[in-house]
Amino acid sequence: MATKDIRFLQGNEACAEGALAAGCNFFGGYPISPSSEIAEYMSNRLPRIGGRFIQMEDEIASIGVVIGASLAGSKAMTATSGPGFSLMQENMGFAMMAEVPCVIVNVMRGGPSTGNPTGPSQSDVMQTKWGTHGDHPAVVISPAKISEVFGLTVKAFNFAEMLRTPVVLAIDEIIAHMREKIEIPPKRSIEVVNRPAPRKTKKAIAEYNPYVPGEDLVPPMLNYGEGARYHVTGLDHDETGFPSGKPEIMEDLNRRLLDKIAVNKDKITLFECSETNDAEILVVAYGSSARSAKRSVSDARKKGIKAGLFRAITLFPFPEKQLLKAAKKAKHVIVPEMNLGQYRYEVERVLGKGVPITGVHRVNGEPILPSLILDAIEKAGKKGAKK
Amino acid sequence: MSMDYFKYLRKERMPHIWCPGCGHGMVMKSILRGLAKLDVDPNDVCVVSGIGCSSRTPGYLDFNTLHTTHGRALPFATGVKLTRPDMKVIVVSGDGDAMAIGGNHFIHSCRRNIDITLVVFNNYIYGMTGGQVSPTTPTGQRGTTAPHGSIEQPFNVTDLAIGSGATYVGRALDVDSVAMDRVILNAMKHKGFSVVDAWSQCPTYFGRQNRLGTATQMMEQYKEVTYNVRLANKLTDEEKKGKFPVGELHKKERPEYCEEYQMLMHRLGAKA
Repeated sequence: MATKDIRFLQGNEACAEGALAAGCNFFGGYPISPSSEIAEYMSNRLPRIGGRFIQMEDEIASIGVVIGASLAGSKAMTATSGPGFSLMQENMGFAMMAEVPCVIVNVMRGGPSTGNPTGPSQSDVMQTKWGTHGDHPAVVISPAKISEVFGLTVKAFNFAEMLRTPVVLAIDEIIAHMREKIEIPPKRSIEVVNRPAPRKTKKAIAEYNPYVPGEDLVPPMLNYGEGARYHVTGLDHDETGFPSGKPEIMEDLNRRLLDKIAVNKDKITLFECSETNDAEILVVAYGSSARSAKRSVSDARKKGIKAGLFRAITLFPFPEKQLLKAAKKAKHVIVPEMNLGQYRYEVERVLGKGVPITGVHRVNGEPILPSLILDAIEKAGKKGAKK
Repeated sequence: MSMDYFKYLRKERMPHIWCPGCGHGMVMKSILRGLAKLDVDPNDVCVVSGIGCSSRTPGYLDFNTLHTTHGRALPFATGVKLTRPDMKVIVVSGDGDAMAIGGNHFIHSCRRNIDITLVVFNNYIYGMTGGQVSPTTPTGQRGTTAPHGSIEQPFNVTDLAIGSGATYVGRALDVDSVAMDRVILNAMKHKGFSVVDAWSQCPTYFGRQNRLGTATQMMEQYKEVTYNVRLANKLTDEEKKGKFPVGELHKKERPEYCEEYQMLMHRLGAKA
């Protein structure tokens, strides 16, 4: 019997291992706490396996080099934290507009500005959705345990390749730096998805246009150097890739970029429900806050309170359908997060005014402890009983 | 010098956006003549640009072409080159794109000595946005954001490139296409990071605001403020004062980034 590959890894290391398992062969980055271990790990591993690692002059260059590498056929990623993530926004918009698959890891620390470089935070959540200018597609994944970081990094690459779009892995500092036991699955059991490619016949290559959408609205992609000699621009463009100022072309492009995420939404929506079937008090959480929430919910159950947890793993596109189902019996919803209520706004948008929603927030570099969420659950339970 | 430019041009993308009298087309043609001499497969050429008038060049060229964000062409090009070291990667950029917003990438690409050729279409002005001063606008000259004349000292593109570690550096004027062909071809032949400060005139904005006359008059003025670097020894300091040398200004052999990376992988036992 084959021995299991069991390791004791930090979240950042598990992320790097997951990337390699997904076929990542290019990393461009710039050091920043608390994400630097990912770059360090990749700088050691990539040149050993024929991949490329480069430390760039800043985060703008880091995402730039990643996009260039992906266009030439690499599976490419970068990793950063708040300030660097801010710098990357313009080029992330380019990758969305030009439909270049890549993975951006944002290990969240406190902000705004330099903020709290070494403390945990979830304060970039809305930036992962709305960071770059213009209407744009956002795909964001947030892990809550080390064993999950590995698989979700693989998925981040798979989603990026499948949809030809940048995918953000939003990890909070607790998950990034904590060490846990992780079993690395055997290589053959890992599903790896590659970008959709057209048939590579001479005729198909000669007639290739880079932005003719397939059935799922994702255009098949040839890499630079494969003979198609096409044009890529951040300008509004038509199916040939060349700039266009025609209103109907611009309208179609901007709508398709969002629609391609929408039609594929079920394939990329990841979530976890714990005891939500009869939950009258529903906690909605993600990342390390969801770990605390899980404990709070089980403590509340022991006290006879019908509490449940909806954990969003795919933060964006927002898991609307799934949340609505989990909140069916909810009389009160609690959203704990290490920011001042960013994801709560989304929860409010989806659940509406019919149900009271309370936030449990902390922005002082300390984690949200289970006791804080339990307090909120108990308070909500008492309010419900009075009614 | 007769060659079929349409071999490398996307005819259907014509007419181009450049104004009458603009020198950018002449620089573009010089690059094409160089590529024709190198006889590389167009499938193995990648031309990358940022934002601005000169950065529209790739759209007209029948290679793998990439029109990136403002100032960021060099990092994108670095990603292409590192992935495909066998590709010929050329970056075309303007003085604003390369020297202002892209200044950091410029100096670091020089330092890294990655095998990319950067041609700076230097017309001393932001043309696309309507004539604002750039980092190469000479002190005292006017732009729409310096209506009283620039009080800043400009960058010297070639000095900055040499100081930052570029291993091939040249300057050429669009008016002297024979000399420009030589410098651009040698830059593309060079293994390492090469920079060509290619002077191009902008009669529409730079010329008009500074009353420099027609495009041909501006080209004459370029000749007056430059001298051939091969004649440098024969000229007195007085004769060279305030003038710019043109030609091949700097050539040095130094380990190239992609080759160093290949050696690193080899040392670690990786299959390249």
